[in-house]
Amino acid sequence: MTVALAAVGLGLAAGVVAGLLGIGGGLLFVPTLLALGLGQRHAEATSLLAILPTAAAGAWSQNRYGNVRWRAALVLGVASIGGVIGGGVLAESLPEHVLRKLFAVLLVCVAAQLAWRAWRSS
Amino acid sequence: MRLVLIGVAAGFFSALFGVGGGIVIVPLLVLAAGFDERPATATSLAAIGITALAGTLFYAYHGQVEVAKAALVGLPAAAGAVGGAALQQRLHRREISLLFSVLLVAVAVRLLLL
Repeated sequence: MTVALAAVGLGLAAGVVAGLLGIGGGLLFVPTLLALGLGQRHAEATSLLAILPTAAAGAWSQNRYGNVRWRAALVLGVASIGGVIGGGVLAESLPEHVLRKLFAVLLVCVAAQLAWRAWRSS
Repeated sequence: MRLVLIGVAAGFFSALFGVGGGIVIVPLLVLAAGFDERPATATSLAAIGITALAGTLFYAYHGQVEVAKAALVGLPAAAGAVGGAALQQRLHRREISLLFSVLLVAVAVRLLLL
């Protein structure tokens, strides 16, 4: 119960960050789902489904502010399907502990990149 | 053409790590396609809708998607995303970016220690 409540809280926080920075939904969903007891691959798979309502709500409300360029979004999204298949096949072939280590490395890289961009924009 | 390459790279990262791909799309739209930050984040969210759908179908085929747990974190997140987008219109993002990067490092350390 406590874990479920924490998951709801973390989900909410992940959504705020996603709406704010345009990133961050999945980066927080995966560790949250790991804490709920899922394995790395199930956590990643489930995170992708959780991203759907987040991205839809985020895009819908950003659209009201006139910020979405739909043509570019469509090109990006359709092109991404090819990458999804490649990334998915690779994820299925890696042992879960390797996938988890790679995910942790990804978090550090994203953190560094965010900090650098924030620094540069000041 | 640039958009196609960015999309493919984002899809690869998305499915490999279970993330939306915004971490790839947003900086590349800014640095390589000349987008401003706000249109970049907004356009990224719309693109991610398609990417995440493709990824979900891929993993559902392998029987690894847990719908109830996705709803547990995804539905509150949808509400949060609307709030976050509203905040973005008036908030300076620098402090949030720095705070979020500290949080990510903390989560990474924990995952590496597991």
